[in-house]
Amino acid sequence: MAKSPEVEHPNKALGWAARDTSGILSPFNFSRRATGEKDVKFKVLYCGICHSDLHMILNEWGTTTYPLIPGHEIVGVVTEVGSKVQKFKVGDKVGVGCMVGACLSCDSCSNHLENYCPKMILTYGAKYYDGTTTYGGYSDTMVSDEHFVIRIPENLPLDSSAPLLCAGITVYSPLRFYGLDKPGMHVGVVGLGGLGHVAVKFAKAMGVKVTVISTSPNKKKEAMGHLGADSFLVSKDQDQMQGAQGTMDGIIDTVSAQHPLLPLIGLLKTQGKLVMVGAPEKPLELPVFPLIMARKLLGGSCIGGMKETQEMIDFAAKHNIKADIEVIPVDYVNTAMERLQKADVRYRFVIDIANTLKSNA
Amino acid sequence: MAKSPEEEHPQKAFGWAAKDSSGLLSPFHFSRRETGDGDVTIKILYCGVCHSDLHNVKNEWGFTMYPVVPGHEIVGTVTKTGKNVKKFKVGEQVGVGVLVDSCKRCESCQQDLENYCPQMIFTYNSFSQDGTKTYGGYSDIVVVDEHYVLRFPENLPPDAGAPLLCAGITVYSPMKYYGMTEPGKHLGVAGLGGLGHVAVKIGKAFGLKVTVISTSPKKEDEAINRLGADSFLVSSDPAKMKAAINTMDYIIDTVSAVHPLAPLISLLKLNGKLITVGLPEKPLELPIFPLVLGRKLVGGSDVGGIKETQEMLDFCAKHGITADIELIKMGDINTAMERLAKSDVKYRFVIDVANSLSQ
Repeated sequence: MAKSPEVEHPNKALGWAARDTSGILSPFNFSRRATGEKDVKFKVLYCGICHSDLHMILNEWGTTTYPLIPGHEIVGVVTEVGSKVQKFKVGDKVGVGCMVGACLSCDSCSNHLENYCPKMILTYGAKYYDGTTTYGGYSDTMVSDEHFVIRIPENLPLDSSAPLLCAGITVYSPLRFYGLDKPGMHVGVVGLGGLGHVAVKFAKAMGVKVTVISTSPNKKKEAMGHLGADSFLVSKDQDQMQGAQGTMDGIIDTVSAQHPLLPLIGLLKTQGKLVMVGAPEKPLELPVFPLIMARKLLGGSCIGGMKETQEMIDFAAKHNIKADIEVIPVDYVNTAMERLQKADVRYRFVIDIANTLKSNA
Repeated sequence: MAKSPEEEHPQKAFGWAAKDSSGLLSPFHFSRRETGDGDVTIKILYCGVCHSDLHNVKNEWGFTMYPVVPGHEIVGTVTKTGKNVKKFKVGEQVGVGVLVDSCKRCESCQQDLENYCPQMIFTYNSFSQDGTKTYGGYSDIVVVDEHYVLRFPENLPPDAGAPLLCAGITVYSPMKYYGMTEPGKHLGVAGLGGLGHVAVKIGKAFGLKVTVISTSPKKEDEAINRLGADSFLVSSDPAKMKAAINTMDYIIDTVSAVHPLAPLISLLKLNGKLITVGLPEKPLELPIFPLVLGRKLVGGSDVGGIKETQEMLDFCAKHGITADIELIKMGDINTAMERLAKSDVKYRFVIDVANSLSQ
């Protein structure tokens, strides 16, 4: 008979979990495995709230098993390392993103693309190698194989670097892979939320001219002032969109709601690239003529491998890129989820785990 | 008042044109411009019948200007050259494809991508720089700026080679651009018609493993035994499609009917590319999740520039690649169009213009 979450592993842990599709999170006693020879154990200081966490607690993708502890933008301080761990020591500032395991032998893994490994193990809501459920970063401790741990450079604040572990890599990887990172290029960013605002910062740091494309005119001031975008297009304004036809080398589309692709394809130059990192549930309509007539493409991207995630964090440290966050105590998390549902956050909630997630003991 | 097609230019010409959306073609007298300093006049020997010709004569895309003389897979002999012409001389065998002019100044033109020039002029159903309409290769002569004329390799038969000028470049160009040429990789070709059968041959010449994906099981024998495909996948067979999931590096989708993309996308491996060259009338449904989870892409491509078209012809000459054709007389064109609408051709009709176009 399967052991309960509290006793299946030797080390007690406390987190906040959703128990059903209401998505309401509440304190949850569980346990973490003993620190294996390749494992890194760390005290969680902060955890970002990704929109995926909201989809998962509500079981919107149909893949959730409860109880679910979300959180895959986790940063903290190492408290113990296994005997074979080479890259980290106690006291190091580290992070864990969306993955905690993969086969490490397939083509994808050999090419540092663990995120595309068919046996990739998600940080939460998945089955680990030992058959137990993975629990995420809305918790006091994390244990992870060192392969999946990221070093957080000294000059990056821990709270505002947490979201980079998912949002950051999600936009950094396709900017590189699709070649939208060359100085002087013009890239559009659709949607100004957790992903979008970080995309603006990374693209600007790469020397790219950035246009934010949004349905909300009231985001313009922030986009161009604080975030540094070069211009702003209101996607529902036909004149503005018409005027920007054929001007962009690429577009990073962070919007996961259903939305029309034709106007975005029209913004691309010949040979332009529309990259989807938001994932609408239902298929979208793809007008084929505009792709064919100007040799344009539409591609997807999903987070990034471990090597690239470290590269992204180091790039962020070098260019002083952090997420814009609202730090919250853990008992605010349900309200935060409600606000996130309405996109009422600039631009990521980050849970102050260390100071607000207290054991009942 | 605008001159009639017969009078607007000094060189008399004769061809077959469609006059209305019935798409029926019939004899048509018109005229070609004088051979300008940079022009070449070509006596047309053969012209391939492209499915685009059918779409155009019936105004299926909504932009046909009647009367329309279709034909953009033209092979012929040079009869006159303008005084500044350097590339060709009288008597040479040449080809003309889908475009006959462009601006020559924009970024696309400067990069040998005249086919993506915003001012690109199609071989037929477009307006020339002088404001007159262009007429295509279902006719006896054509006058073209030498820049847009292809040298037709001697060892390529002019009849079976004619379809390369559209079908050939339409599949060759995206295979190069999207990097679909690594020997040993696996290419899927969706649709086995004019484009598809040439894609199989070119794919094999690049050293690829080729699977034909088709709704018609009876095309399997041809695909494998005559065209040289390595395997054949019936797209309406769910079990076979499931077994082929995640096996292909790339797919060229030549199908112009509206069709589901999700099953094709599932056939692709990680980083797989689905390149669409067929032109469906309506948008297609595109599932986004599989693209995101597998870093896959859907891209388009439209013929190719002149330099690349020449490269393709030379490649095909080197590898002995021609289209599989059914040679027809000009007078049989309407029957051929009816058969083409039912995909009843293996795999391109080619009009024997020189021997059957009589006034």
